[in-house]
Amino acid sequence: MLEVRDLHKRFGPIHAVRGVSFKVERGEVLGFLGPNGAGKSTTMRMITGFLPPSAGTAIVNGHDIVSDTLAAKHEIGYLPENSPVYGEMTVVQFLRFVAEVRGFHGVTRDARVEHAIAQCHLEQVRLQAIETLSKGYKQRTGLAQAILHDPPVLIMDEPTDGLDPNQKQVVRAMIREMALQKVIVLSTHILEEVDAICTRVIVIAHGQIVANGTPAELKARSPSGRLEDVFHTLTIGDEPVRKVG
Amino acid sequence: MTCFSGPAWAVYKREVRAYITSPVAYVFMVVFLVLTAFLTFSVSNFYENNQADLRSFFMWHPWVYLILVPAAAMRLWAEERRTGTIELLLTLPITLNQAILGKFFAAWTFLAAALALTFPIVITTCYLGAPDGGAIAGGYLGSLLLSGAYLAVGMLTSAMTRNQVISFVLSVAIGFFLLIAGWPPVTGMLAHWAPLWLVDGVAAFSFMAHFDSLQRGVLDLRDLAYFVSVIVFMLFTAHVVLENRRAA
Repeated sequence: MLEVRDLHKRFGPIHAVRGVSFKVERGEVLGFLGPNGAGKSTTMRMITGFLPPSAGTAIVNGHDIVSDTLAAKHEIGYLPENSPVYGEMTVVQFLRFVAEVRGFHGVTRDARVEHAIAQCHLEQVRLQAIETLSKGYKQRTGLAQAILHDPPVLIMDEPTDGLDPNQKQVVRAMIREMALQKVIVLSTHILEEVDAICTRVIVIAHGQIVANGTPAELKARSPSGRLEDVFHTLTIGDEPVRKVG
Repeated sequence: MTCFSGPAWAVYKREVRAYITSPVAYVFMVVFLVLTAFLTFSVSNFYENNQADLRSFFMWHPWVYLILVPAAAMRLWAEERRTGTIELLLTLPITLNQAILGKFFAAWTFLAAALALTFPIVITTCYLGAPDGGAIAGGYLGSLLLSGAYLAVGMLTSAMTRNQVISFVLSVAIGFFLLIAGWPPVTGMLAHWAPLWLVDGVAAFSFMAHFDSLQRGVLDLRDLAYFVSVIVFMLFTAHVVLENRRAA
């Protein structure tokens, strides 16, 4: 279970995240929706322990990310925005490295790596340097890294960004496959994606939650019944001034 | 050292591999070896000196390291920051200290390997005469510690920026100050107005004095402590910088 309690983040004078709270249970896929610069990535970076919150905290499977950081990080699999990976390493080398940092060694390490490779369909490129891979494979390598330790909480920042329609289908199918046993939080600005995989949606604008419900509930808010219209009404006038996080 | 356990070891191995699989490593090693050989044999006239010692070899190390070590260190954090992998690394269950130590010792191992490859000069000297083994061992130890101190400076400047060029320039500047701090022109400049304790304090900060006594084969605990404390201080500052850059 993931519980986010009143998270705040200030970057100097900019109050990027202003009191975000929510709970996600196992089996839920929470879609984090919002315009660019609304605070989605910053919130995720605080939940995953990359940025220390200015106030508030997140409880990851019983571990406080602020006071019990290492234990909380063990519970999380995280795919950062644009899937940053060490380009000069091969897929196998990279996944072995992540496995070792996560405390797997020897036979267990190799079994974890092989399992993640199979799950993310990376067999063909396993010995290729990551920087030579297509965007879709690169993204899947990032995903493999995130699910390698079978984390109870999986957090993904725009997991399908920049992928072609076929690759998007593959990644979505993988997320749906894992959904039952995990807490999944993903951010996106693709509305069809919410319909396709999310069981619940949080809309965030100006660093605050402006809506929280199932996709169906959200659609019901607009006479047209379209998610686009709801999103537009909720976040109108939200021109990002500065890219934060 | 409990810090240097699993995750730090994994980072260490990754960084060592990053060095040996990149062309930078080979450029570094070749330039280091050619440059030290050139300075020793052609500039310092190793043969003409008619002395079987390695002073004319070690005396150049502070200057060669001044330029080369920042080049080897500049990628350590700046590149993680530029490519965004720092976000990946620091959301793994690893402490910042483990990451810093893993990277530091990996880069130091690489520098040690480059230093070890100068062994033919030891063989040459032994063939030509009967050098003082203690002085040679002290010289190598001093050189290794010196490279570690430069490296720690480079690690700090690399943590300060995502731009490797800025890291390099800053690192050379700080290294240059540490190198010349004890020289008469610097202390003379201070002596006009600063109290004596400050002049002595600045002079004691110099790499040169500490490196000099080591390469003469004088193993003084104070010199060892000096280099170790420079390294510890620089790494600690790098920690503070990285922590602050995350919070901001």
